[in-house]
Amino acid sequence: MKNKQELILHLKEQIIKQLKLEDKKPEDIGDHDPLFVEGLGLDSIDALELIVLLQQEYHIKLKNAEEGQDVFRSIDTMADYILEHSV
Amino acid sequence: MEQGRIYITSAVVLRNGVMVKDGSVIFRAPEKGAAFLQAAYEHLGIDYPRFYKMDLLSKAGTVAVDMLLRVHLGAWAYRPEETGMVLSNRNASIDADVQYLEASKAYPSPALFVYTLPNIVIGEISIRYKFKGENAFFISETFDADWIHWYVTDLVQRGLLKACICGWIDVMNEQPDGCLFLVEQAPAATGQLFTAENLWDIYNKDYEM
Repeated sequence: MKNKQELILHLKEQIIKQLKLEDKKPEDIGDHDPLFVEGLGLDSIDALELIVLLQQEYHIKLKNAEEGQDVFRSIDTMADYILEHSV
Repeated sequence: MEQGRIYITSAVVLRNGVMVKDGSVIFRAPEKGAAFLQAAYEHLGIDYPRFYKMDLLSKAGTVAVDMLLRVHLGAWAYRPEETGMVLSNRNASIDADVQYLEASKAYPSPALFVYTLPNIVIGEISIRYKFKGENAFFISETFDADWIHWYVTDLVQRGLLKACICGWIDVMNEQPDGCLFLVEQAPAATGQLFTAENLWDIYNKDYEM
């Protein structure tokens, strides 16, 4: 498993690719920037894609939708969740 | 100009690597399909990051409508509810359907799934311009100018719309094929009369010279 900083960079690259944020570069995304509405401006379909990303790439299944609100707050919170739940 | 008449105030054709507005070629590129739409997006200087998320049908519609509404938007005189869209094509959302099917062999993608209906292109255009008027998407073997003319005329004459984006927008084998018209009922409108014959003439003209 990568260390947290490596994971954060990798997550930014994955999110840009998976969510087709072709006008963004990893350095445009702050580790603590909100992913939804303000910040990166993701929408509900993007949220579903992030859930798929967690399952597909990290084999992590969210327990419930409410949990997603905390997990997907920022790249930093996503990285923490992955590190905590990866097997 | 007579009050109450409906006019074709602009027309955009997107076909075989050429984009035509009101009879003049405004963009030509050697690329085909997705690459052509990307080149057109860049050539037109469109800044709309949502474009990158769209399927090809919505990208084709977005590029064509951006060109169609240029000049007009500055003096847009209609309320959101007065502008509608009536589009048609032959292949529905087959390009997005195939993309989704292929992707689903690994994991189903919600972002691809949302484009597996042809009328999503209307939704995308409505989101961008905040149009809220009547809309419909029809499937037909070929462009049916008579039907489009009848349907749009009915919406306008019943007072439901004052402006309408209508016509043909299709993608097959990743190749976009579009012919969109802006029609308006307004004292200031100028252009050809909105008739089925004029729609046919614009659609059928050979622009690949």
